[in-house]
Amino acid sequence: MADTGLLEALLRLLEKVDGGIESQDVAADLGVDHQLIVGAVKSLQALGEVISAQQKSSKRWELTGEGREIAEQGSHEARVFNAIPDEGLPQNELMKMPSGKVGFSKAMSNKWIRLDKAHEGGPRVFKTVETIEDTVRDKLQLVQKGLSAKLEDKEKNELKKRKLLSEVTVKSYWITKGSSFSTTITKQETELTPEMIASGSWKEKKFKPYNFEAMGVAADCGHLHPLMKVRTQFRQIFLEMGFTEMPTNNFIESSFWNFDSLFQPQQHPARDQHDTFFISDPALAHEFPQDYLERVKQVHSEGGYGSQGYKYDWKIEEAQKNLLRTHTTAVSARMLYKLAQQKFTPVKYFSIDRVFRNETLDATHLAEFHQIEGVVADYGLTLGNLMGILHQFFTKLGLKKWVEVGNSGVFRPEMLLPMGLPEGVSVIAWGLSLERPTMIKYGINNIRELVGHKVNLQMVYDSPICRLDS
Amino acid sequence: MPTVSVKRDLLFEALGQKYTDEEFDELCFEFGLELDEITSEKEILIREQGGEKAEGASDVVLYKIDVPANRYDLLCLEGLVRGLQVFKEKLEAPRYKRVSPADGGEPQRLVITEETASVRPHAVAAVLRNITFTQERYESFIELQEKLHQNICRKRTLVAIGTHDLDTISGPFTYTAKPPGEIRFKPLSQSREYTAAELMSLYKTDSHLRHYLHIIENEPLYPVIYDSNGIVLSMPPIINGDHSKISLNTKNIFIECTATDLTKAKITLDMVVTMFSEYCDEPFTVEEAEVVYPDGRLSVYPELAYRTETLSGDFINKRVGINESAESIAQLLTRMCLRSEVSGEGDLIQVEIPPTRADVIHACDIMEDAAIAYGFNNIVRSTPRTYTVANQLPVNKLTELLRQDLAAAGFTEALTFALCSEEDIADKLRKNITETRAVHISNPKTADFQVARTSLLPGLLKTIAANRKMPLPLKLFEISDVVLKDETKDVGARNNRRLCAVYYNKSPGFEVIHGLLDRVMQLLDVKPGRNQGYHIQAAEDSTFFPGRCAEIFSCGKSIGHLGVLHPDVISRFELTMPCSAIDIDIEPFL
Repeated sequence: MADTGLLEALLRLLEKVDGGIESQDVAADLGVDHQLIVGAVKSLQALGEVISAQQKSSKRWELTGEGREIAEQGSHEARVFNAIPDEGLPQNELMKMPSGKVGFSKAMSNKWIRLDKAHEGGPRVFKTVETIEDTVRDKLQLVQKGLSAKLEDKEKNELKKRKLLSEVTVKSYWITKGSSFSTTITKQETELTPEMIASGSWKEKKFKPYNFEAMGVAADCGHLHPLMKVRTQFRQIFLEMGFTEMPTNNFIESSFWNFDSLFQPQQHPARDQHDTFFISDPALAHEFPQDYLERVKQVHSEGGYGSQGYKYDWKIEEAQKNLLRTHTTAVSARMLYKLAQQKFTPVKYFSIDRVFRNETLDATHLAEFHQIEGVVADYGLTLGNLMGILHQFFTKLGLKKWVEVGNSGVFRPEMLLPMGLPEGVSVIAWGLSLERPTMIKYGINNIRELVGHKVNLQMVYDSPICRLDS
Repeated sequence: MPTVSVKRDLLFEALGQKYTDEEFDELCFEFGLELDEITSEKEILIREQGGEKAEGASDVVLYKIDVPANRYDLLCLEGLVRGLQVFKEKLEAPRYKRVSPADGGEPQRLVITEETASVRPHAVAAVLRNITFTQERYESFIELQEKLHQNICRKRTLVAIGTHDLDTISGPFTYTAKPPGEIRFKPLSQSREYTAAELMSLYKTDSHLRHYLHIIENEPLYPVIYDSNGIVLSMPPIINGDHSKISLNTKNIFIECTATDLTKAKITLDMVVTMFSEYCDEPFTVEEAEVVYPDGRLSVYPELAYRTETLSGDFINKRVGINESAESIAQLLTRMCLRSEVSGEGDLIQVEIPPTRADVIHACDIMEDAAIAYGFNNIVRSTPRTYTVANQLPVNKLTELLRQDLAAAGFTEALTFALCSEEDIADKLRKNITETRAVHISNPKTADFQVARTSLLPGLLKTIAANRKMPLPLKLFEISDVVLKDETKDVGARNNRRLCAVYYNKSPGFEVIHGLLDRVMQLLDVKPGRNQGYHIQAAEDSTFFPGRCAEIFSCGKSIGHLGVLHPDVISRFELTMPCSAIDIDIEPFL
C-alpha cells in the first residue's frame, strides 16, 4: 500500500477535473517520481471502484547520463573552448582535461579553435573566435524541461547518435473517477476474522476484492477409476431394470461350462490355443453334474431335443480342460443349470466382470476386458421382447448406435433343454464390453490409456463423474 | 464371420439387375448379410502394400460381404446369387439330384485302407460331369474351396478338399497312408517329383502351405490318394498332385474330401457340388461316387439329403413375436431356400431343409430364418412382462461401498490386470512361486500372461512405477479378485476378493497405512480388540522390511498383512522411495 497522503493528494487532484488526468501530469503536479504515482494507482484500484485507470504507453525523449552532464556543465567542445586563455594552451595540457579529446575535435570542426603545431615549446591551441553559442547544451536543456517537441527529429536523432538522448517507452495511466469515488480512503481487510464476527466490526470494514480468475486450491482427496465409475453406472441400470447380479467371481472355468454347455462344438475355432488361455495347473476340472454332462455329450454327438446335433465324437477330455473364461456366459450357463434344478421361476440376471482372450493385442484389444451381460429367462419370450429390452437398456445408456457395440440373441434349445429347463422357456441374452462404450463416452482411442498399470494417474484424478444418459 | 469378396458387375449380371451401393446394402441387410466394404484389388493393394505395388492392379469394383459363420452356402458368388434370387422370389430354389453315371457304367470308387485310421480316417467323393468353366467360374471354384478350408474345414484340420481332372486319371482310387519317405510325386506348381518328406521341408517356407504342415507333420504315416495306375492325386491335407490338376478346359471333375470329421466332410462335399453343378450340362445334378471302408462297408456320396421338419405357425409367431398366417410363414421360409407348405392339418407347416442348409439343425433355426424374411425391423418391440426383484451379489455390494469410502479417505483407485508374470508375484515380492498357490497358464504368448495374480500388490506397484513423475505422496488402492488354487472347487481354483492399498512417499508412512486399516475396520464396524475385534501383531513376511510388518487379525482370524515394503521389493519394481502397503481378504466380512 502506497503512502496514504499521496493517495489522497491524487484523489484531490482528480476531484477537481471533469474528465480524467494523466498519471505523468500527476507526477509533475505533485513533484514526485512517476513510479510512485503508478504504485498509488494500483493501490487505489485494489480498493474497488474508487478510481478507474486505463493503462497506456507513450514514447518520450530522455537525457542519458552524459546528456544530463552536458545540460549542467556545457558540451565538451564548449568546455574545451572556455578552458583556453587568450595566450593559448599547450595541446598536451588540453588533452589531459576530462573533455579534452572529444571537445578538441568538435571545437576544431566548429572552427572555434586552431592548433599551432610549430609553436616553440610544442604544439599550442588558440581560440579563433571571441564567443561561442553552445547549441548542444541548449537543445539538451530543452529536452530536460520536457520541451523535446521544439526540436526537429533530425536534431534529436543526431543527439541520440551521440548517446546524449534516448527514446524510452513510458507506461502511464489515464485516471478517471470510479463509481464509489471519494477523496478519503479506508484500509481494506483481506479476510473476515472471528474477531470481526464477534465484535460486529465487519459492518464498518471494506474487504479487498477476491480474484475470481484464479483457480482454487486442489481438493485433497482420492479418486475412483473411470472404468469402475462406468461399471457402477451399468450395475445401477441393471438393478433399476430388476436384474439380479450373478456370481462371476470365478475366472478359472472348465471348457465344459465355458463351451460345451453352450452347445459350442469341440472343434470350434474359439477353443483354439490362439484364442483361449488354457491352464496348465490346475489343468483339469474334476467334478461335473454327471447326468447333465451325459445329456450335453448326447446333444453334441447325436442330437436330440429336436436337434440334429453336430454328429461328432464328443470327448470328455476336451470338456475337462481348464481355461480362463472367455466370456461371462459360462456363469450364465451355471446359473441357468442351477435354475433348472428347481421349480422354474422367471429370472433376470446380469454380470459385469473380467473375461480373457489369448488374442493379438492392439490399440483396442487387451488380453483381458470386462464383459457386461444381461440374461432373461421366462416362458414365451419373443425376438420382439429381446429387441424391446435392448432398446430400453441402450436408451438408459444414452447410446443410439448400440448395434455396433454388442451382441444379442436367444439361447439355443440344445443349450437349455439338456439343463432341464421346461420346453416353453426361452432365454434371451445380450452382451457388450465395458471398455468399448467407456472409450466412446470419454473419447479414448487407446485402451492402454484406460486400463492397466500404464494409465496416467492424472487422467484418473481429472475424470468427471459418469452419467451415461447425459 | 467370413467375408466373401465378389465382383460387383458380375454379381449384378447374375442377379439380372443393377443396384446402387445403398440399394444393395439394404438388400444385404434384409437378407441377414452385411455389405462390409466396397473396394477393388487396386485399393486393397494400395492399402496393404503401398501405391507402387498396386500399379497395374485391377480396379474392378469388389463387394465384400459379411456372411454368417455357418452359412457355407453363401461363400461364393453362385451361392449368394442363388440365395438372393430365391429371397426376391425371382427364382425357385433348385433341387439338387444325385445321379448314376449316364452311360450306365460303374460309379467312380474310392477305397479307404485301414492305414488311414490313425491319421485321417474319413473320405467322401463325387463327380461333376460335363462342366463348363469360364475364367470367372474357375476362379470362383478355387476360391470357394479356400473359403471352405478356412471355415467349416477349420484350416484343413477337419476336412481337406481335392479336385481333379477325371479325364487324366482312372479309378478305382485308393485312399491310404504311407511313411513319408515312400510317397513320391510331382506336386502342384512344381517341376519335379519330391518325396513327402522333402515336400514337408520345401513347404516350411511357403507362406500359404506352411500353416497346414503341423496337421500331419509328426505322424508316422501320411495320407495319400492314388489312382489305379499309381498316380498320386493328392497328399491331403497339404497338396494335390500336378498330374490331375484341373484347368479352364476340364470337363469332368473328381472331388474327394478327406477328413477327421465325417459329418463336416459330407457337408463340405455337398457345398462344393451344389454350388458348381449349376455349370454342368445337366444343371444341379451330381454323379455319385462310392466309398469303400476298410471293413468292406460301402457308402454312396454325395448325400444331398433333404429333410422335412414339421412345425406350427403358432410356434413361429410365438417365438418371433409376430402374428402371421401359416401360409404367409411358409412363404417367408420358402424365400430363405427352405421350401415350405401348409400341410392342411391346423396350422402345421412342412419345411424342407435342402443339403445347402446344413446350418439348419433345429426348429429354432427355421424360426430365425422366418424372422429374417419377415424383417427384424418389422418386428414390434415389446417389453417382457417378466417380474423380478433385483439383488446385488453380496461381495460386489461390499466392494462398491468400500471403494467409495477408500476414495473418500484420500486413496485413488487403480485398475490393474488379473494376469501377470511369475516374476511379478514371486521373485519381485521375494516369494517362492511354489508357495503362491498360483494358477498357471499353459499357452501364454508373452511373459505378461504366465499366471493369474495371487496378490494385487504387484499391479499397484507397477502403476506407481508408471507414474513416478506425479507429485508425492502417491496413495493407491484396488479392491478386486486374485486367483488361488483350491482343490475343493470343481475346477481346482477360486477367486478371492482382496483389498490392497499402498502409500509411496519420501518416508514410509506406516502410520498412514495403519490409519487406513483402522478406517476400513471402522467402516466394517469391527472394533479394535483381541477377540471379537481386530488387532495387528508383529510378523515376518519376506515381502516386507524386517521388523516393519504385522499380520492383521479380525475375530481371531488372520486376514492379511500390513507394513513397510522390503527395499529389494521396491527396487525390483523400479521404485526409489519407501513404500508401505496393506493387503487383506475382505470375504470374511460378508
